[in-house]
Amino acid sequence: MTLSARLELTRGDFALALELDVAGGQTLGLLGPNGSGKSTTLRCLAGLESPQSGVIDISGTVVEDTSRGIAVPPETRSVGYVFQDYLLFPHMSVIDNVAFGLRSRGASKREAQESALRWLERLDIAELASRKPGQLSGGQAQRVALARALITEPDLLLLDEPLAALDAGTRASVRSLLRRHLADYAGAVVLVTHDPMDAMVLADRVVVLEGGHAVQAGTPADVARRPASTYVAQLVGVNMLRGDAVNGVVALTDGGDVRIADLDMSGPVIVALRPEAISVHLHHPEGSARNVWQSRVHSLEARGDLVRVEVDGPPALAAVITPAAVADLRLHEGADVWLSAKATDLDVYPA
Amino acid sequence: MSMTTTPRRVTPVPIGVLAAIGIGFLAIPLVGLLLTTPWTRLPSLLASPVAIDALRLSLVTSLTATAIAILIGVPLAWVLARAQVRGRTVIRALVTLPLVLPPVVGGVALLLAFGRRGLIGQYLYDWFGVQLPFSTAGVIMAEAFVAMPFLVITVEGALRSADPRFEEAAATLGAKRWTVLRRITLPLIGPALLAGTILAWARALGEFGATITFAGNLPGVTQTLPLAVYAALDTDREAAIALSVVLLAASLAVLLLLRDRYLRGGAS
Repeated sequence: MTLSARLELTRGDFALALELDVAGGQTLGLLGPNGSGKSTTLRCLAGLESPQSGVIDISGTVVEDTSRGIAVPPETRSVGYVFQDYLLFPHMSVIDNVAFGLRSRGASKREAQESALRWLERLDIAELASRKPGQLSGGQAQRVALARALITEPDLLLLDEPLAALDAGTRASVRSLLRRHLADYAGAVVLVTHDPMDAMVLADRVVVLEGGHAVQAGTPADVARRPASTYVAQLVGVNMLRGDAVNGVVALTDGGDVRIADLDMSGPVIVALRPEAISVHLHHPEGSARNVWQSRVHSLEARGDLVRVEVDGPPALAAVITPAAVADLRLHEGADVWLSAKATDLDVYPA
Repeated sequence: MSMTTTPRRVTPVPIGVLAAIGIGFLAIPLVGLLLTTPWTRLPSLLASPVAIDALRLSLVTSLTATAIAILIGVPLAWVLARAQVRGRTVIRALVTLPLVLPPVVGGVALLLAFGRRGLIGQYLYDWFGVQLPFSTAGVIMAEAFVAMPFLVITVEGALRSADPRFEEAAATLGAKRWTVLRRITLPLIGPALLAGTILAWARALGEFGATITFAGNLPGVTQTLPLAVYAALDTDREAAIALSVVLLAASLAVLLLLRDRYLRGGAS
């Protein structure tokens, strides 16, 4: 129940080159911006598109090998695909949608419907069996799509932005539902998302895709803590600074410098700094913080119960403070402020 | 001043007058037909042997022509909408031509191709003894020739606008191409297929020019309703009117069936 794939594909200016290995029961998160090649990768794995060169092995069956002219069509691959907008067949009831995979593989109507009903029960939507897809909410449609994809017990499950079409309230509940069902699932899972939260909760490993190439791979926690690209840093809300380290000081590429705890670090590095670890002051702070920067407030933005303060820099940074602190400091756009951060709060790693 | 939420929409007088003339132009002939219809004698007029022959023949030929149009028109629409074929423009022009071609020209062309000395007709006759002109089969051919474009164009449009990703989704669920066609594609274009079928049938039912040119006007063999109306107009005016009312009723039924498609107007 493993996936091993090597894909190369060029289309116009876009070039995709990617290697993926996913063990059975594992979920790989493909994280990347629009146009990074995430969906193309899924389509190649499902057989809906062919790579110009590459090999795809699903559970020991080679379904694609361009050098040997092997290209197994989608209908004979053991793949379940949950599409971003679900693509439930609009003219069929929920139960017929779910039963479709078994019917297509030759099961009798009765057999397929009984099995479909069991899947609907597992997903707590048995009461929707006779509805048409047009009568479902986003969260319900997502469950039906999942049941439809899993009923054939595929060796590989592909999830394309499974939560993107849902509203914020439904997202959280469907996310935890997905998490439960992915834990039970023995096959390999590839999850495409541009939402780091989905990747953090659902994926065992994350590959960050930018411009058709993997720019980072690791556990979700690693990727979030130590982003290797501005894209991921922005996604997870971490300040990411690039520069050169010499004797505990990093001269930043964009101006200014940062003092770090590790004196042995040298050469090009990335400094990651969580916004919560930055303090905001009106005057030069007295204290133990090794890093103090004078700057000007660029923007204030409410984020849930907190306020995200972005300063012009250099270095351009974002801090997160309470609304009470904003009021106490009488912060406003254009206000002069001082920021401080302890050297031990900086995560420094080679670029 | 109070605010009004209804926008002022005054129709300029010349437009209103011309539009009223237009409405009269379309309505008065129909009113004339209905006013002169001998309603009480309608059943006996329609029960005459000539009328019954024409009704039966029209029903059989128009339904058969429609079936043929579906059988070869749907694959043709599929090829136009989906297949990577060279000369698609030429094929589409060919399909559309009978829509704008004077039907009598279509009849002449059919005669030259399938007539007893025609391009193909001579071999059909010499080898198989088959003679299409002036036969019921000829009527069906003429009707299918003029009716098929309605079906092809309607179905092609639906195939174009149907999201092909539904078919991809079906393929990932293990459906072979034939299953995808039968359980996904055809049901998705179902409403358009129905509309195209009804349109094609209406066109076949009303066919006159190509039929009379290619198949002649033989009562019981090739004399369909429109031909019977034309033939009766000089000899038995009341019978002509009665048969016309039947065709008008069929047309109204078609409009009623397709009301969602053509009577709603505006967007959608």
